[in-house]
Amino acid sequence: ERGHGPYQPHEPGYGLDQPGYSPYEDEIPDPQAQMLAIKNAKAYLLKTSTKSGLNLYDHFANILTKILDEQPTNAVDIIENISKDVKWAQFRKKMDTLRDEHLIPPTFEAAEKCKALFVKEGGEEEHEEVEEEMGQPSLPNVMETAFYFEQAGIGLNKDESYYIFLALKNLINVQPIQTCRFWGKILGLEMNYIIAEVQLREGEEEEEIEEEGEETIAEGEKELGEGEEEEEQKEKEAEPPKSTYKPPPEIPKEANGTGTNKYVYFVCNEPGKPWMKLPPVTPAQIVCARKIKKFFTGRLDAPVVTFPPFPGNEANYLRAQIARISAGTHVSPTGFYQFAEEEEEEEGADTYEENPEFEPPPVVEMVESLTMWAHHVKGILNQGRCAWINPSQKSEENEEEDEEEEEEEGEEQQEERGPPLLTVISEDEGMKDIPAWTAQASTNLIPQYSIAILQSNRWPGAYAFASGRKFENIYFGWGHKYSPESHTPALPPSAQAEFPSGPEITETVDPTVEEEMAFKVAQEEALAEAEEEEDEEGEDD
Amino acid sequence: MEALSLPAALSLVAGGGAGLSPERRAALGASLPLVQRDYRFERVWFWGCIQGVRGAYYIAEGLGPDRAAPRSRLYSLNCLDWSLLTPATKEMLALTEQVKGRFQGDPSFEYNLSEINAEAAARLIESGKEPVIKEETRLIATIEQIDRTVGIVPRGAFVKTPLGPVHENKQFEGLSLVEAKKLSSYFHFTEPVNLKNKTLLEKADLDPSIDFLDSLEHDIPRGSWSIQLEKGGTVVVLRSLLWLGLTFYHVPTTKQFGYVYFGTGEKNLDLPFML
Repeated sequence: ERGHGPYQPHEPGYGLDQPGYSPYEDEIPDPQAQMLAIKNAKAYLLKTSTKSGLNLYDHFANILTKILDEQPTNAVDIIENISKDVKWAQFRKKMDTLRDEHLIPPTFEAAEKCKALFVKEGGEEEHEEVEEEMGQPSLPNVMETAFYFEQAGIGLNKDESYYIFLALKNLINVQPIQTCRFWGKILGLEMNYIIAEVQLREGEEEEEIEEEGEETIAEGEKELGEGEEEEEQKEKEAEPPKSTYKPPPEIPKEANGTGTNKYVYFVCNEPGKPWMKLPPVTPAQIVCARKIKKFFTGRLDAPVVTFPPFPGNEANYLRAQIARISAGTHVSPTGFYQFAEEEEEEEGADTYEENPEFEPPPVVEMVESLTMWAHHVKGILNQGRCAWINPSQKSEENEEEDEEEEEEEGEEQQEERGPPLLTVISEDEGMKDIPAWTAQASTNLIPQYSIAILQSNRWPGAYAFASGRKFENIYFGWGHKYSPESHTPALPPSAQAEFPSGPEITETVDPTVEEEMAFKVAQEEALAEAEEEEDEEGEDD
Repeated sequence: MEALSLPAALSLVAGGGAGLSPERRAALGASLPLVQRDYRFERVWFWGCIQGVRGAYYIAEGLGPDRAAPRSRLYSLNCLDWSLLTPATKEMLALTEQVKGRFQGDPSFEYNLSEINAEAAARLIESGKEPVIKEETRLIATIEQIDRTVGIVPRGAFVKTPLGPVHENKQFEGLSLVEAKKLSSYFHFTEPVNLKNKTLLEKADLDPSIDFLDSLEHDIPRGSWSIQLEKGGTVVVLRSLLWLGLTFYHVPTTKQFGYVYFGTGEKNLDLPFML
C-alpha cells in the first residue's frame, strides 16, 4: 500500500508532490515537478495579505534579519513576540479612504422578528370587549406540553418552543379562534413548517362558505354562457366523433367543521413569520396523496409534480398529509372522551365530549396495554372522506342522461364503513410483524413520576403522552407514512383500446393507373346509359 | 458529536424534534467519561440513537490519536452500560443489505436468512454456520454504512499531517456564512473515493493537507442533502435525505460542529421518487 500524504520520508530527497505519490496524480516529469512545487510555494508565500498589505515571505525575511542582528537568547521560545514586534514596526496607516460597507448578515433580521414576538399587546380596552362577547380563546400551554414530551426525549429546544408559544398567542389575537393547539412540525428541504390546529369561531366559518358559494355560482354561469356559444359553433362545423368518456363524478369535500375538515390549520415557516391558512382538503387530494411520496420544499406555492398528478400545490399536499396523520395518530386515553348522547352510538357519530367521570388509569397499565388508548379522530375511508357519500346522489345540476348513467354506477359502489370513532388502538393493524404502536414509560428509575409515551410506527414522528388527566399528541417528522416495502409509484394506465377496425377504415391499396383508367371508362359508360334512360323517360313524358 | 459539548449540541440539533430525555442526558454525562477512561480513547463521540420497535440502541464512538483511523463503536440499551462492537467486515455489509424493516430492539434477535435470501442461507449452511443474522451484526453494519455515506465534517476542521495521521486543526475558526451554505464545504469523514477524479480547475485551489476527503458536492442523487440556516443564520443544519434522521450542525465562525443520528436505522430507498 502506498502511504498517505505527499511526503514519503523514506524516499530519497523527499520533497513536494513527487509524481505517483501525491493524492492528485498529475503526470509531470521529475525535476520540473520539484521546481514547479518550489515556485508554487514561493508564490504562496509572496501573496499579499488583504488586511495589512504584508506578505509572509517578506515577514519571515524581516524576522530572520532581526534575529541575526540582535542574537537574543532562547530565540525559539520568544519567536512569537519577535514576530509581533516586527509587525508593529511595519505598521502603516490604512491608505484606503473608503470604508467597507457594513454588511448586515441575515442573523439580525431574524433576531428582530423574534424580538417582535415579545411585544406585549397594547390596548386593554379591546381585551375587555373581546372577553365580554365570547369566552376567552384557549391558548395551549406549549411549554407544559414540551416539558412532558421532553421526558421522552421528543421535542424542540426550549427557545424554539417559547417562540412558538408567542407566535400562537399572536395568531389567536389576529384570527377569530375558539380553540388552538400546537399540532407539530414538518421538516422540508429548504424550510420547515410549524403547524397550528385551530377551530374558528362559528360565525367566521359561515362567511367563508358563502364566499366560496358565490364564487362557484359565478363560475357556473360563465361556463353555461360559454357552453352555449360552443354548441352553436359546433353545429356549423363538422363534428369529430364525441368521446364517450365520462370522468367519474367528483366526490364533494366535507363541510367545514366535520370530518377531515373539522379543524383549520395555520402554518408558518418560522415563529415570527406570518401565519398562513391552509385550504380545506378535498377527498381527491387525500386519495392522490396516498399514492405519492414527496418531500416538502418549505414553500407553500411550490408545485407538486407527480404521477398520478396531484390536484393542487404544496399547500394542498401539506393539508392532505396533515389530515392523514391526524386521522391515523391522534389518540387519547380510553374513556377520556365519550359520545355526546349515550343512546346514539352509531357509526356516524362525529361529536364527542369530555367525560367528567374519567379516572386516569395508572401509567403502568397505559404502557402495557394498548386498549387504554383510543382514537378520537375519525379514520379516513378509501373514498377520501370520513363519512361515506354516494356520489350519484349529488347530481342536481347535471342533465338527465348523466343521472341515469351515474345511478347505474352508484349501485356498483358499495358503501364504505370505517372503524367507529373512539376505537381502541389495539385494533390498529400492524405491518408484517411490526405493531402499529410502541408504548414506553418515560423512565424506569422513578416510576412514580413517569409518564406513558406512545410512538406510532405507521407514521414515524407521531407521538402521544399521557400523565394523569393530561395528554397530548404531537408530530415531528418529514410527513410520510412508513411502509416496509419500497414505494412503488402508480403505473400509467394502459393504452386505450383503438377504434375497432372494420372495412370502412381499413386502408386499401391505391388503384394502379390501369385500374383507374378502367374505372373511368366504366363511369363514362354508366353516365352515357343514364343519359339515354333520362332521354327515354323524357320522351315518355 | 463530542461528548463534552453534548448539551449545547443537542439543543442545536433539536430542530428535527428528536433528542434525548433528561434522564438519558444525565446518564450519558456520567457514563461517557468512564468509557473514555476504560478504553483509553482520546475522544468520545456520541453517535446517536437507533430506534427499534421494542427498544432503542444508543451508540458511541471512540477515537484514538489518528482521527481518521477506523473508530471503535460501542452500544448501550440504557446509556449506562456500554458494550464494544466488533469492527464491520465486508461479509457483514453484504449480508445485511438483504435485511429490511425496523430494528427489533433486542441485540440477540435473529433474522431468519432463509426467508430473506435463500442463496445466502445456502452458502452459510455450506460453510457450517447457521443461516441467521443477528441483530447485533445488522447494527454494526448499519452504523458503518451510515458513517461511510453520510458522516460529515466541515472543510478545514481536520488536517492531515505529512506522516499520515489526521488531527483536529487547531487553527480552524469555523466556516464563514457564505461558505457554510455550500455543499462543497463539507466532507465525508471516511476513506476518500473520488479524490483523483477532479478537473484541473478544481485541483488548483485545493490544499492537500486539508482537502484529503471527498466533498458532498458530487453525492448521488443530487439533492440528497437539505441545508437550512436556522435561527436566522446562527446555525447551519444539514439533514441527510438518504438516511433520514442524520443531522449535522455547525455554528459558522466558531469551532462548534458535529453530527448525530436519531432514527430507525433504515435507508431511504424511495429518495429518487421523493425529490
